[in-house]
Amino acid sequence: MKKAWMTIISQTNIARNIYEMTLEGELVDLMSSPGQFVHIRVTEGLDTLLRRPISISCIDKENRQCKITYRAEGKGTMLLAMKQPGDKLDVLGPLGNGFTVEELQRGDHALIVGGGIGVPPLLELTKQLNRRGVSTTHVLGFQSKEDVFYKNDFAYFGDTYVATVDGTYGTEGFVTNVLEEIQPPFMTLFACGPTPMLGALENLFPDKNVYLSLEERMGCGIGACFACVCHLQNDPEGYSYKKVCTDGPVFRAGEVVL
Amino acid sequence: MSCISIKLPGLDLKNPIMPASGCFGFGREFAKLYDLNVLGAIMIKATTAEPRFGNPTPRVAETNAGMLNAIGLQNPGLEKVMSEELPFLADYNVPIIANVAGSLIEDYVKVAKEISAAPNVHALELNISCPNVKTGGIAFGTDPAVAFEVTKAVKEVSEVPVYVKLSPNVANISEIAVAIEKAGADGLTMINTLLGMRIDLKTGRPILANGTGGLSGPAIKPVAIRMIHEVSQKVSIPIIGMGGVQSAEDVLEYIFAGASAVAVGTANFVDPFVCPTIIEELPYKMHELGFEDISECIGRSWKQHAKIAYSRA
Repeated sequence: MKKAWMTIISQTNIARNIYEMTLEGELVDLMSSPGQFVHIRVTEGLDTLLRRPISISCIDKENRQCKITYRAEGKGTMLLAMKQPGDKLDVLGPLGNGFTVEELQRGDHALIVGGGIGVPPLLELTKQLNRRGVSTTHVLGFQSKEDVFYKNDFAYFGDTYVATVDGTYGTEGFVTNVLEEIQPPFMTLFACGPTPMLGALENLFPDKNVYLSLEERMGCGIGACFACVCHLQNDPEGYSYKKVCTDGPVFRAGEVVL
Repeated sequence: MSCISIKLPGLDLKNPIMPASGCFGFGREFAKLYDLNVLGAIMIKATTAEPRFGNPTPRVAETNAGMLNAIGLQNPGLEKVMSEELPFLADYNVPIIANVAGSLIEDYVKVAKEISAAPNVHALELNISCPNVKTGGIAFGTDPAVAFEVTKAVKEVSEVPVYVKLSPNVANISEIAVAIEKAGADGLTMINTLLGMRIDLKTGRPILANGTGGLSGPAIKPVAIRMIHEVSQKVSIPIIGMGGVQSAEDVLEYIFAGASAVAVGTANFVDPFVCPTIIEELPYKMHELGFEDISECIGRSWKQHAKIAYSRA
C-alpha cells in the first residue's frame, strides 16, 4: 500500500455512465491480486472530501499502467469522469485482499459471475486465471442493453453469457436465470456484484468453492475507521467481525453475513 | 526554527499534533504507512468495559466539506485493548491518550481505573459526548450535573490526568466546561461531532442505518473555533482542540482560539499522511507569522484584544 500520484492516460465512456480510465505510475508495481481496489481523491478541495474506492479492472505491469472502471453516479465519481488525459490523480493503493488464483491449476474450470459495477475486477481475474491454464465461463448481469460492458473482453477468455433485467440483451432476468439455463460445470465460483446477487449465489452453490467480493461504504479504506465492518455467519449477533476494506473485499461464501 | 513542543498535564508533547480518537484505530494501520514516533500523542479508539460491535452499516455518509459517521463505539473491549492494543503501541515513544466510554458511571470508572494503570497511557479522554450510542455517551455530556458527577468519579480512580471531551450539541457549552473543571478535570478536548443526518433521495430514508450520525470535517471547524474561543476564556485548564483540522494553518487557528494542542480526525481518511505533513509544516508556518514558540500562540485571538463577551439573551 502506498499513496502516489498517477497520470491519467485515457478516459473512455464504455456504457451508460460507465467509465474506464487508464492510469500510469509506480503504484502499479505493487498491484498483483485481482479484486484489490484503489482509493482515489477526486478533488483537492473540500467537496467531495472523502476518497472513492474504485476497482482495478486491468493490471499491465510492463507498461506500469492499470485500468480502473467506475460508474459515474454520485458527485465524486462525476468529478472523476470529468478528468482528462494528462491530469494527475492522488491514489492510495492497492488496498484489500483480492481473489486468490493460486488455488486453481491448469485444467481446472472456474465460473465467474459479475453484476453491474461488480463486473470490472473480474476482468483482471479471468485474465490471470486463463494465464494459469484455468478455463473460465462468465455470466454478467446488467439492468439493460445500454448498461452492458466488457462482454467482448470476457468472451476472449471463455464462454460469456449476459443477462439483463429488462430483457433487452441476452437472457431476460438475473444471472441466476442464466445459471439455471446453462448449468455450467465448475470447481470454483468467483463473484462480485450487488449483495442480493451474492446471497443468491451463496444459496445456489452451498457445496462449491465460492468466493464473493463485497461492497460497503468506506471511510478510510485501510481498516482504521470501522465503517465497513460486517458480522461473521458463525457469530451473527456477536462481537466478531471482518472489515470489508482490509479483511476483504473478497470473502469465502459462508464467512460473513451478507 | 520555531519551537513546537509543549507540556500539558500528563503529556510531554514533542509537537501539538495528535490523531483524534476514532479516526486512527489503535494505530496499527497507520504504523504501516509512517513512523508513529513523529506524532505528539495518539488518542486511541474509545474503549468500553465490554466489547462492542457498533451500529449497522452504512455507517458513514459524505456531506459538503465533511462526513457523518455512526460507527457506534465499536471496540474489542477493555481486556483486549489492555492485552493486545496497548502493548503494540508501547513499541513507540508516543504518549497515549486513552478514550474511555461507557453506559453507566460504573463503566467509566472501571475502564478508567484499569486503563490508566497501563504503562504507556499518559492521560484519559473521557468520552461523554458520543452522539452515536443510545445509552451513555452524549447523555453524560449534555447535563452539567451529570458531567460533573462522571468526571469526579473518574478523577477519583484515574492514575493519570483526565481530559473530558465536550459535545457541541448543547445550548451552553461553557456551563458544561465549568462544571467539568470544578469536578477536577485536568483538561478539555473539544469538540466532538455535531449531530446530523442525510437523506437518500432514491429511498426517501436516512443514508445512515442509525438514522443520525456525527458530523465531522472542515464543515464543523468554525463551530469548534467559536466554542474553544468561548470556553478557553471561562476555564483555566488546557484545551485540546479538534474538528476539521487539515493543515498547519488550521492548527494555528485553533491555538489562537485558545487550544494548547490539536487533534486531527477526518483528515486522516482523506490523506493518511496528514499528521506528519502538518507536523513538518507547523514550525515553518509559525516562523512565517513571527512566532518562536507555540506557547506564544495560545489564546492569541482573545489575549491581545478585548475579551469577547459571550452573553445570551
